[in-house]
Amino acid sequence: MQKKYYQPEAETMPVENIQKIQDEKLVKQVKYVYDNVKYYRDLMDEKGVKPEDIRGTEDLHKLPFLKKDDLREAYPYGLLATDIKNCVRIQSTSGTTGKRVVAFYTQNDVDMWEECCARAVVAAGGTEDDVCQVCYGYGLFTGGAGLHGGSHKVGCLTLPMSSGNTDRQIQFMMDLNSTILCCTPSYAAYIGESLKEKGYRPEDNKLKAGIFGAEPWTEEMRRDIEKSLGIKAYDIYGLTELSGPGVSFECEEQSGMHINEDHFIAEIIDPDTGEVLPVGSKGELVFTSLDKEAFPLIRYRTRDICVLSREKCSCGRTFIRMTKPLGRSDDMMIIRGVNVFPSQIEAVLLNCGYAPNYQIIVDRVNNTDTFDINVEMKEDDFSDTPKVITNKEKQLQDAMKAMLGINPKVHLVAPKSITRSEGKAVRVIDNRKRLGINV
Amino acid sequence: MAIKQISIFVENKEGKLVTITDSIAKAGIDIRAMSVADTQDFGIFRLIVTDPEKAKEALESSGCFVSITKVVGVSIPDEPGSLAKIVKILARYNINIEYMYAFITVSKKFASVVLRVADNDAAEKILTENGIQLLEEKDIAAM
Repeated sequence: MQKKYYQPEAETMPVENIQKIQDEKLVKQVKYVYDNVKYYRDLMDEKGVKPEDIRGTEDLHKLPFLKKDDLREAYPYGLLATDIKNCVRIQSTSGTTGKRVVAFYTQNDVDMWEECCARAVVAAGGTEDDVCQVCYGYGLFTGGAGLHGGSHKVGCLTLPMSSGNTDRQIQFMMDLNSTILCCTPSYAAYIGESLKEKGYRPEDNKLKAGIFGAEPWTEEMRRDIEKSLGIKAYDIYGLTELSGPGVSFECEEQSGMHINEDHFIAEIIDPDTGEVLPVGSKGELVFTSLDKEAFPLIRYRTRDICVLSREKCSCGRTFIRMTKPLGRSDDMMIIRGVNVFPSQIEAVLLNCGYAPNYQIIVDRVNNTDTFDINVEMKEDDFSDTPKVITNKEKQLQDAMKAMLGINPKVHLVAPKSITRSEGKAVRVIDNRKRLGINV
Repeated sequence: MAIKQISIFVENKEGKLVTITDSIAKAGIDIRAMSVADTQDFGIFRLIVTDPEKAKEALESSGCFVSITKVVGVSIPDEPGSLAKIVKILARYNINIEYMYAFITVSKKFASVVLRVADNDAAEKILTENGIQLLEEKDIAAM
C-alpha cells in the first residue's frame, strides 16, 4: 500500500515538538561529546563553554565550530566518541579536496542513517511493490550503502547494481522492471541518453521516480532527466561526515529538501564572520548531529551555501527545507558582481559529457573582469576543421551562461594539457589578486 | 580511394611546432603537403605524409593530439586553367569545397591538390568521370 511518509510521527510533528526534541537531544549530545571526544572537549574548553551552559538550541551559537580541517587533523580516531568494539562500519569521503575523512558507525548510527534514506525513498513514492535500482557506487562511498539500506527498510526489491557498466544497468532495468532509479544526476542523464541510442522511448521503461544526489545539478538538468527517462526526479542531500545521503530529501513538491530535524539541527551562518543568520538568509549550512554515537559532530561547517525555509509544505512534512547547495563557501568567486562556484562549472561539464578537467582564469582588463574557462576536449571534439571545435565551445559557453548568469569565454584545449599538481588540477587562477584587488 | 590526412591540434604556444616537426622528422617521415587553419586560440596543422599511421603514432607519443581524416587528392597538369577546371566540375554538381591546398613537391608536368569535401566518394566519382586523375596512398609514398 502506498504510504505517504515512512515515519509520519516524526516527519509531520508540529514545529513546537521539533524544537522540544532538538532542545532535549542537543543537551545530551553535547555532554556525550564533551565526555568522550577529547578533540572537541579541548575546543570547548578553549572557548570557555561547558556542557551545562547548553540548555537548548538557543545556546547552540555558544559552541565552537568543527571544520573539515579538524576532521582531517583528527584522522582517523580523533573524533571517535565510542570504543571501536561498538562500531560496525566505516565509510569515507572521496578525498577529492584533500586527505580522506573516515566516519564510524555503530549499529544505531547505521539504522538512523538508513531510516533517513527510507524517508527519501517513500517521499519519492517508494513502496514494497517497487523495484529499486541502486547505481550509486558501493564501497567506501556512502551513496550505494545509504540508498541500499533505505530501499531495504521500505521493502523495495533492491538491485545493488553499483555504478558503471551501463549496458548491464539498462538490461536489468528493462528485464526486471525497475521502478526507482538511484544514482548521480549526471549518470541518470547518461542512462537516459544510452536508452535513446538503443532505440528505447521514455515510455518503454517502468521507471516512475529517481533519487539523485552527491553532486551539484540544475533545474534544467532535472527537466532533461525527467523527460528522457519518463520519471519524476527527486533531489537528495547528505555528507559522509554526518552519515551520508538522506540528511535531507525532496518531497513531491520538488521545492527544497526537508532536513531530518529529529536527527540534525541546521543553522545558516555568515561564512566570513561565523555569525548565525536568520532563516531565509543565504549563507553557509552548519549541522549538529543529535543522535550519533560513533561520530557525533557539533556545529560542523559544510561549506555548502544555501537558504533555509520554514514555510509550510503542502506535502505535510514539517521539517525545515533547504535549497540545493548553491556552491561551496570556500571557493566562491565574485566575477562581474556575480557569485560563481567551481562546482557549478563542474556540473555543466558533467552535464555536457565532459570530464571535470578545467581551469578558470579570472583577470581584470580595462576595469572589467575577464572570465575564461579552459576545458580539456574530448577525442571526438577534434577533427580537421576549427569550426567543429568553435561550435562545441559555443555550446559549452551557452550552457555555462544558463547556469551562472554571466558569460564566460570557453576555450577547448588539448587533452591532458591542463597542469596538474599532485594529480589534481589547479582549478582557479585569479590574476586580479596580482593587481591588489581583494577577491 | 581517398587519401589520409593527419590533423594536429596546435595550441598557440611557443615550441609547439618544434615538437610536431621534430617527431615527424625523427620517425623518418616525409611531408608531401601541408596547410594550417588558425583561430585566435589554436591552429590545426594538416599534413599529407608518406606514412600517416606511423606519423600519428610518433606524434601521439610526443604528446600531440592527432586525428586522421580522408580527403581527395587530385593530380592535374601544371598549366593555366587546371585548378579552375576541377573547381567548376565540383560546383556544377553542388559539391562544396571546405578547404584545399597544394602539394609541396611538384613534377614539371603535374601539380597535386588536396580537396576537403563532405562526400569523398561522390567527389571522386564525378572527378573521375570528368577525366581528372586521382591520387592514391601509394602515389604519395612514391612521390
